[in-house]
Amino acid sequence: MIVGASAAGLSTAEALRRQGYQDPITILGAEADPPYDRPPLSKQYLRGDWDADRTRLRPDSMLDALGANFILGDPAISLDVDRRLVRSAAGRELAADAIVIATGLRPRALPDQAGLAGVHVLRTLADAAALRADLSNAPKVVVVGNGVLGVELAATARQLGCAVTLTGRQAAPMESQFGPMVAGLVAQLHTTEGVELHSGTAVTGLTPADGRVTGVQLAGGDHLPAEVVIVAIGSEPVTDWLAGSGLRLDDGVVCDSRCRAADGIYAAGDVARWYHDGQRALLRLENRTNATEQAACVAANIVGESHSYVPVPYFWSDQFVTKIQVHGIQTADAEVTVVEGNPADHRFIAHYRRDDRVIAVLGWNMPKQIRLHKQQYLT
Amino acid sequence: MKIIVDQDKCVASGQCVSSAPDVFDQREDDGIVVLLNDNPPAGLADDVRQAAALCPALVITIVE
Repeated sequence: MIVGASAAGLSTAEALRRQGYQDPITILGAEADPPYDRPPLSKQYLRGDWDADRTRLRPDSMLDALGANFILGDPAISLDVDRRLVRSAAGRELAADAIVIATGLRPRALPDQAGLAGVHVLRTLADAAALRADLSNAPKVVVVGNGVLGVELAATARQLGCAVTLTGRQAAPMESQFGPMVAGLVAQLHTTEGVELHSGTAVTGLTPADGRVTGVQLAGGDHLPAEVVIVAIGSEPVTDWLAGSGLRLDDGVVCDSRCRAADGIYAAGDVARWYHDGQRALLRLENRTNATEQAACVAANIVGESHSYVPVPYFWSDQFVTKIQVHGIQTADAEVTVVEGNPADHRFIAHYRRDDRVIAVLGWNMPKQIRLHKQQYLT
Repeated sequence: MKIIVDQDKCVASGQCVSSAPDVFDQREDDGIVVLLNDNPPAGLADDVRQAAALCPALVITIVE
């Protein structure tokens, strides 16, 4: 029984079958759409390069071959841990020998955005479709939030011909992901492409007129006029349906090193906060690769193995024609050195070091080379 | 085993090359997947399945 029909949920089912699991599998998903991939939503789909069908994780033929019972458009509302029983909004009661929690994330909203036309978040295909429609006549756009998603959305909106302002609390775009040196280069990239930056600023509210957003009010008193506002201020794990279940919920479903939240209950993907034996800490990763890798570990543990999950985290970000890839876990106090290429040529590799050890490697338009650095320094 | 890759969907993560270096490579300039052998011997089948499973853009299709 897998709760969540996105990348982590579907990957768990596929990994179970690959590992010879022959018992029935049920996949319960909150969204009605067949499983689709989220990274293209902020890029290829939003730009109009891909239609919705191209974002699908698997074609019908492969979903059929999986031999799983898909129940879509019916969110889980509670879990009985002792009986291993999930209740759904439509009134279903689904019991199983093993339950995998893969309910992902929900975007945070600004307090005053509810019901205001022209304000968007991006998590689902439906969100992306609504945003795509609203961007079609090249409106003036303000993106609130200068993390990974906000920065990518600013780039895509700009590519669609919109006038774009990117604002956020970080002193430079993606500074918490990349550190100040590389974040400065991200700022430069966006400025060169014509995105206006207001970094290191908090948003105090949205300004409305006749039920439609007219702009964003900044803490310093500035007002940024906008026809469309995209809110990308982070997400929260979807665990409200687990309140009262007895599972430990603390910024996600807390799991042991085997991704086990309780006997016979596992978590995978964005929602899982598990104990990383190598880092000796609880970790929760919001990235695409983790969904697949953690799902494979959970599947192995369900079929009777006992693997601790110790990945080298990996994420990438595509902005304009720049591809940035990071392996490892960088920290704010890491020392950053360019070891290959040159930022001035828009192609380089940087190492992040702490205590004289490489803890992360970053590639800027060097996808083949960064893999070699990962293999050499992080595995 | 026959392998098909969708280069247009590839995100250049290189996971496939790490899993099955005899079957996959990456283009020098943009890291997009290059198929070295679309019909690899049975001994590499497990590596190829691993590559297909780990690809974050699901661009590798295996026809058994």
